[in-house]
Amino acid sequence: MNQNMKNSIIRVVAFLTVSAWLPGVQAQEKDLLDLVDDGKEPHTIVTNAFKSIRIINGHSMEFLAPGTMDFRILHRFGQINQGTKNLFGLDQASMRLGLDFGLTRKLQVGIGRSTFKKELDGYIKYAPIRQSAGSHAFPVTIALVGGATINTLPFADPTRTNYFSSRVAYYVQTIIGRKFSDRITLQLTPTMVHHNLVPLATQPNDVFAVGFGGRIKASQRIAFTWDYFYNINGLEKGVNYNPLSVGVDIETGGHVFQLHFSNATGMNERAFITETTNTWEKVDLRFGFNLSRIFQLKKAKSS
Amino acid sequence: MKKLFILITLFGLLGSAQAQNRFFTKTGKISFDATTPKSPENIDAVNKNSTCVLDSKTGDIQFSVLMKGFEFDRALMMEHFNENYAESDKFPKTIYKGIIVNNAAVNYSKDGSYPAKVKGKLTMHGETRDLETEGTLTIKNGKVAVSAIFPALLSDYRIGIPQLVADKVAKTAKITVDCTLEPLTK
Repeated sequence: MNQNMKNSIIRVVAFLTVSAWLPGVQAQEKDLLDLVDDGKEPHTIVTNAFKSIRIINGHSMEFLAPGTMDFRILHRFGQINQGTKNLFGLDQASMRLGLDFGLTRKLQVGIGRSTFKKELDGYIKYAPIRQSAGSHAFPVTIALVGGATINTLPFADPTRTNYFSSRVAYYVQTIIGRKFSDRITLQLTPTMVHHNLVPLATQPNDVFAVGFGGRIKASQRIAFTWDYFYNINGLEKGVNYNPLSVGVDIETGGHVFQLHFSNATGMNERAFITETTNTWEKVDLRFGFNLSRIFQLKKAKSS
Repeated sequence: MKKLFILITLFGLLGSAQAQNRFFTKTGKISFDATTPKSPENIDAVNKNSTCVLDSKTGDIQFSVLMKGFEFDRALMMEHFNENYAESDKFPKTIYKGIIVNNAAVNYSKDGSYPAKVKGKLTMHGETRDLETEGTLTIKNGKVAVSAIFPALLSDYRIGIPQLVADKVAKTAKITVDCTLEPLTK
């Protein structure tokens, strides 16, 4: 064995020795937690895109937690431009009382009753896919809403043959929404409203509209929100308008208050999309609020 | 030459034998309770998927808890916890890295219960604080059960409690650790 060979053997041995020790040495220095970390972030559904299940009037991409009920009291006052005579509209109020139920993380149902046209309404909201993070992440929530409204006022013309179906209207919606960051959420809501019976032959039975809604959080408990529906057809100049609502969500812990200004009176999809008769021009607006209180019907914790 | 190879093999074995001293779990239970006599409902939650790793040779012990993994009785309380208090999107994990001070007194190969004194650092809500506590290590059938109860002052971790509910949420949360660790063979 010459000197050269000896040297190289020593080098090899030294290398092997060090490398044999390396995993042990490394593990000593690095985190123990890294040893069991598989690098996979758990799949989590992105929640709190909105503080409430309605942006203002329209459905939001948010769902109620399973086993909870949302009791909602909605008020729309009179037009602000009526001035002191009606205390800027506060003398009048239109209401909707609603109960919404979270069944699963992707399924929610609700019913409501409005004073406007004494209308009953109900809906089913289902999300085939919700925005999620971690493994199998998905960038947006896609939700489908199907609902019906029933006008319970006496028929306008009792002398003609009236059918129950004439009182009924339907709506279907697709909600595509994304919580872009902790503060910003935007959503798009293509909608179709179908009236079984319309008052005039010139009016379409099917009205198509697209909703644009969103929120910007100002602080932990306060958010600025807006909710607009653009009617693609069925708008008659001087008769009905696109509903626009802008407001503030205030979360107090037990309740969520949604204070807003809107040109819409109706508080269900049929009413506010196709029957908004005021306009933002001339401040023909109303002040309104939604009050939401969540009740836990079923314990969420398993143990 | 032969001697060299034996040496190499020995060193190699030593290196890999290290891993035998480690124990871990990914389903440890860590719970907290911030209920006060004035709380209208119990403010408590449990995380059943806590990670804990223990090196019985060095006495190093580390915990990792995903804040969104805490389960509450009330969905709304869980939402408020994640949104307003823990800010789980910003600070997803709480991590404790400590060392068992009296590790030499624990015989990991013999069934029994040993008191353990742990010293280390807790990182929660982006704030790191020293945390020293006493707990129990229970060794049974090659598994190590770790349990401890200790308080955490929320203001230390800059978790604010609004004035409105100041008397309804405890300023100090009682944290309970209950993890059963299995040998880590990796």
